[in-house]
Order: sequence, then C-alpha cells, then structure tokens
Amino acid sequence: MKWISPFRLARLGMLSMNRRNVDYIARYNDRASYPLVDNKLRTKLLAADYGVATPGLKQVIRLQHDIPRFREQADQLGSLAIKPAKGSGGKGIVVITGRDGDRFLKGSGNAVDLAFLERHLSNILAGLYSLGGSPDVAIVEDLIECSPQLNEQSFEGVPDIRIVVFQGYPVMAMLRLASHASDGKANLHQGAIGVGLDIGTGSALHAVQFNRTVHTHPDTGLPLNRLSIPDWRTLLLMASRCYDATGLGYMGADMVIDATDGPMLLELNARPGLAIQMANGQGLLPRLRHIEALRRPHLTAEERVDYAMGRFGAPLMSPANPEPEPVSSP
Amino acid sequence: MRSRRPFYAGVFILLITGILLSALRHYELDIPWLPGDQQTTWLVEARIDFEAVGDPVRASLNLPEQPPGFRVLSEQAASPGYGFSVVRKQGLRRGEWSIRQATGPQTLYFKAQFTRDPEQGTPVSQPPPAPEPVFWEEPQATAVDQVLSVARQRSSTPESLTRELIKLIRSSDPDQNASLLLTENDTHDLLPELLRHAGIPARTVGGLVLENARRLQPLKPFLEIHNGERWLTFNPRTGDQGVPDNVLLWRRDATSLLDVMGGEASEVNFSMMRQTIPALSLARSEATQEGLGFLSLYQLPVEEQGMFRTLLLLPLGALVVAFMRIIIGVRTSGTFMPVLIAVAFLQTSLLPGLVTFIAVVTVGLLLRGYLSSLNLLLVSRIATLIILVIFISAGISIVGYQMGFNPGMTVTFFPMVILAWTIERMSILWEEEGAREVVVQGAGSLIVAVLAYLVMQAPLVGHLTFNFPELHLVVLAAILLLGRYTGYKLSELHRFEPMSEHEP
Repeated sequence: MKWISPFRLARLGMLSMNRRNVDYIARYNDRASYPLVDNKLRTKLLAADYGVATPGLKQVIRLQHDIPRFREQADQLGSLAIKPAKGSGGKGIVVITGRDGDRFLKGSGNAVDLAFLERHLSNILAGLYSLGGSPDVAIVEDLIECSPQLNEQSFEGVPDIRIVVFQGYPVMAMLRLASHASDGKANLHQGAIGVGLDIGTGSALHAVQFNRTVHTHPDTGLPLNRLSIPDWRTLLLMASRCYDATGLGYMGADMVIDATDGPMLLELNARPGLAIQMANGQGLLPRLRHIEALRRPHLTAEERVDYAMGRFGAPLMSPANPEPEPVSSP
Repeated sequence: MRSRRPFYAGVFILLITGILLSALRHYELDIPWLPGDQQTTWLVEARIDFEAVGDPVRASLNLPEQPPGFRVLSEQAASPGYGFSVVRKQGLRRGEWSIRQATGPQTLYFKAQFTRDPEQGTPVSQPPPAPEPVFWEEPQATAVDQVLSVARQRSSTPESLTRELIKLIRSSDPDQNASLLLTENDTHDLLPELLRHAGIPARTVGGLVLENARRLQPLKPFLEIHNGERWLTFNPRTGDQGVPDNVLLWRRDATSLLDVMGGEASEVNFSMMRQTIPALSLARSEATQEGLGFLSLYQLPVEEQGMFRTLLLLPLGALVVAFMRIIIGVRTSGTFMPVLIAVAFLQTSLLPGLVTFIAVVTVGLLLRGYLSSLNLLLVSRIATLIILVIFISAGISIVGYQMGFNPGMTVTFFPMVILAWTIERMSILWEEEGAREVVVQGAGSLIVAVLAYLVMQAPLVGHLTFNFPELHLVVLAAILLLGRYTGYKLSELHRFEPMSEHEP
C-alpha cells in the first residue's frame, strides 16, 4: 500500500472529506435548500424557471397504481430513462435504449422484460433508492442522445460533466466517461473514467480511472488528452445559474450535452465528491480560498463565469497541460 | 466566518467540569480510580410489588439474620410514603412497612449489602422441641415407613439419614414407595415432613444464588435439619451438605416470606449486583445525602443500576465509531450498527458472538438472494427478513445446543431488526457495487464493533463509566472536537496517494 504524507497533500491544496463537510457543506449549504437538489423532480421544475434546460419529462409515477399506466404507455415510449426522484449517486437509474420484441434493451445491452421494469418502479416508490429510505416517486425522462464527438469517447452510457460550483463560480470540472468496468454508469468509484477539464476552455487536462492516471480510454483505445467540450461557456453559465436557483454555496452540477438540444442539467448534488481533484490533478482548496477572499463577489452568472474562466483556466503550455508524452503502460 | 471561540470554550468547560467533578468525588468519597483489589460486596435488593385496594396497608418481609458465610454491612428500605421498622416476632426479624391508605400498584424496596465472610458459621442453638410424628393416610403411611426404614438401614446419624432420604427421593429411578409419595406431595414439602416423622427437626429455608447483575430472581428452597447442636443446610436437589459459597440464605425459618394486608397480587423479587467499591466508602456515600453523594448512581434501585451499567458504556462505543469513521475513515454499514453489535457481544462474549453474527448474516444473505426474485415491496421484504432472521437464530440455537455449544443460545441477544436491515443493506450493496464492497463494509463494521467491544468490556472502563458518570462530559467533549476535525482521514492518505505525481 502506498501512502502520501498529509503535509504533501496540504501543499497540493487537496480538500479532505472532513474539511469539505465542516468548512464548506455545513457552512455554505442551507439545509432548507437540500430538498431542492435531493429531489430531481423539484430540481427540474426549478431549473426551468432559471433558463436551465433539462431532459424532457415523459411521466411521473407517484403511486403503486400509476404503474399500470406506465405499462400502457411503455410501448410508445421508445428510449427512456427511469430515475428515482430522490436517488443519489446514480442508484436506481435504469436506461432503456430500445426494444427487442417484447423485451427492453438496457444501456448495457442486456434485455429485460416489462415485469423487471415494474418491479423496479415499485422498488423506487417504496424508497429503496431514496436517501433514508423514505417513499419516493419515479420519473421517466427522454433519453439523452449524446453528441457524437463525445459519444465515441464513452464505452457505454452517456458521458456527463461534473462542475463544482462555489458561491456561483464554476471552480473545477471533469468529464465522466462510462467504461466496461463501470457497467455504463458514470460513477468514478465504480470504474468510470474521470477527465479533468480546463475551466478556461473545456479541454482535457488529465484523466484517471480507479484513481490512477490513464492516457487512453481502456475500452475504446482513444486518446483522452485531445478531448474538448463544445459550448463550454454555455455549460458553465447554466451551472452558475443553478446557484441563483438553489442558493447552495457548494454544490456539484451534473450536465450533459444532447445532440439536438445542447447542454442540459441532469441533476444537482449538495455533497459533491472529492474525486474531481484526482481527475484534475489539482486540489480544490486554493480556488475555494480565492473565491472566499473576494472582496466584491460578482452578481450575475455571466460575470462569475468570465471571472472563473480567466482566473482558473490553465495558462498556455502550463505543466498541467503537457506536450503529448510517451504513453506509459496502463 | 463565525467565531470558533465559543465552541472551543464550551468544549473546554465540559472537559474541565468532567475532570474536576470526578477528582472531587474521588477525594471526597474515596471512590478509587482503578478497579481491583477491593473487597467484593453484594448488593441485594428485594422488590415487593402489590396492588393496594385503598385500605390501610401493612407489608411484612422476612429479613435475613446472620446468614451463614456472609456478614451484613448495611440495610436500607426505600418506599415513598411508607413507615418502616424492623420488628422481632417470635424471635424472627421482619421488616414492616405501613401506610394509612394506598391504592394502585405499590413498589417497596429493601436493600442490604453483604460481604463474604467464611468465618461466619451457623451458631450453636438450642434444639427445637422434638417434632411430633406426622399423620399420614394409607397407603402413604406404609410408603413412608418403608422409605424411612431403607434410609435408616444405610445411615447412622441425622445427617447421613437426610442424605440417604434425598438420594431416595431424588433418584432418577425412584422405587415404588418414593414414587407414590412424590405423586401426592411436593418434593420440597415432602423431605422435611419425612424427617420430622423420623423425629428430626427439619425445615425449608430460602436461599438466593448470587450472580452479578441478575434481576427478578426467586428464592430457591434449601433443606435444614437440626442435629441437636446447630442447624445444618442441605441442597435438596443434590444432597450436598453445607451452604454453597454463592448462596445467601435469606429466609431461615418456615414462616412466610412476605405478608401483605390491604393489598393483593403481591410478589417479591430479588435483584443483585457485585460491587467492587470499598465497603467503607460505599456506606458513606449512601449515608450522606449532602455533598457529592447525591450525584452517584448508587441511590438508584439495583435493578436500574444494572441497566445503567450497560447504558453508560454506550457513549464510549459511540466515541470509537466516531474516531474510526472520522480519523481512520473505515467504511461501516449503517452508522451506529457496530455499537449495537458490540453491545450484543458484551452479552455473548466475543468469539461466539462473532461466529453467530457472521452465520446469521451469511445465511440471511443467501435467503435474501431468493427474496429479490420474488418482486416484493421494500417494507414486506424487510418484514420477511425479520422473520427469517428469527428462524435462522432459532436454528442456530438448536443446532448449537445439540452439538453441546451453549453459546448457541446467546444469539437472542442480537437486535433482530438491526440484523434484518444489515442483511438488506448488504444485499443491495452486493447487487449494486459487487461482492468486494460487501466484504469491505462488512469487515469495516465488524472491526469497529470488535474495537468498541474491547473498549467497552475493559474492567477499567466499566469501573470508571459507572462510578464516575461525570467523565462522560469528557467523552462528549472528545466527540464534539472530532466533529470539528477538518484534517485528512488515514484512508485518504492512501486514496490521494496518486496525487504525488502532480506535486510541483
């Protein structure tokens, strides 16, 4: 087992779990706003008021006896995503990409029958995936059609972009690519690939899988350091507006880019994880402290995004964005 | 930024208060810091419950007098509103409670403190008048004569006659005469009657088996005969002569243990507890209500003291969990589930507890695998699991008992609902994150539980938490401080290790 000394971590400005909880989440996030982000349905409705696009809502299943209605309409729904409104960490999300006769094709390619989906829906309603096990509702959404240039990077499932927004400033971002190991899910601890993104330009800085540096996607073999996110400023703007909507000072915004509708908000997270630091190869603390020290915070999302892009963007030819280096064996 | 000064000042006050109070009590009441070589004393409490009917009430309890092998240190009666006095009636000591009027359920306590004193034997006493022969109906009379003559043939003294009689009556294969007598009489009444018929003064006395922290104990009957010089005690179940070391003879005569006038449904129960506090200081703390004596838990009924002993260990378990999660970064399944498991370990002892816990969870996980294919709603799935867990526990108990492992019985100490939830969580974890995460969190929970158990079962910890409850303020301060720890967890030093390549 390899270890690093706490002093070196402190020099790197790494934010620890305990400090995140005490100094940022507890201090900047008002408890009363949590239900806004812990419930995807409320997030969706709120985001619409602030001009932030979200995937189209097909159905809301609130009660056990709504499930037959799902059955009736299932045939016309085509591709869809079923989500628990209060789920966390991607738990309980089932993605259906298409049909194979009577059966539904999951994102991973496995086929499931209608009974599986109905059981899944009643599990969601009973609160199996919700925080604290409270009763929940299930939402059925349009499936995101990922823009082709990003899609070729992802093995299965839709790549999403996590942006940490601190007091309305986008401070750090990463792209999460599903891999075979992560079963189509974009969760880093399940083996998805995290690609740190330059706040200034939206281009790749560095990538990790299971916390280890990788240079190419292990499943597709494509190099990860040439990635660049289109519509980058719009994406940051949407993330920044979520601060105006929720008032949460420290949160993670999960965005996707739809092939036809452009950037969209998937969900907000009041307790964003720390792995984004590994993907960027940089600690969050210096940036958070910089924002905390601002004498006059910027009032509009546009000002904040422009400030963050100028301030936290990687300088050209910085050591964090090196020349293509000899690929080491993974 | 909010000032942290009030917080740290508060923590500091808690810390100082806890330490000062316990130091004060140490010096004022002579309660030692360390458990150990003090004299062991037994605190026995008789609890009388009855339903008063609204009339004047008089309750009278037989009190122990010079029990063989023990010395009485102190006696105390606690009963709100009642007058209490110790009276002698026909040479017997009885405690009498009285009140003008009472209705509803009543509870009276009598506490006595004993210490073992092997020197204390049964005093020489005048032999009671030789008993009259008992009148027996036929065919019992013939059976009695037969049994007595068999016993007489094999014995020479009253003591040996008693032993032989016990053997005959208690034999696993009693002869016809003994069987006949046993069908008509209760064993504990039969033996003294037979002895009296043979002209030997005999009586049944009540003894209390002393075990630490026992509640709701009844008196066990013992047999006594007078050999012309003093009373001798026999165990009517085994025929052993003498009082066992751990038996306190509470009632030494044939009169009733408890009489209640003006009440109904009366019963008396005994609780007991071993104490390691010097007898002197304990007597003092009980005697002085002023000063710091009022802070001690010794004022409570023994029954409640026993519960507080366990309860007061919980904060330390919580501290262990907080430390392991905040400083070390161990992942556990359910935040405080390990503490509950550790409390169960306290009852079962470590190894049998671990084995049964792992067995129940493993079998439960296998059965849960089948349940997940049944398409059940969450609530009924958990309910099903609770029932399954009880079945599994019963199965393990039976198998363990058949194989001769008594610890199999201790499975009932585990909180069943917690076990069911643990199985459910583990199963979901298995489906979503794979078996590795189940092993990581399961092992994490068990390690924390074992650590909490090791801390909680340490004699020093038990001694300090119970005798210096104010030390919990120090535990509280430590937990509060942990809540403000913003440094790295030990596990993060490993997790963030790859960052070393980015160091400028």
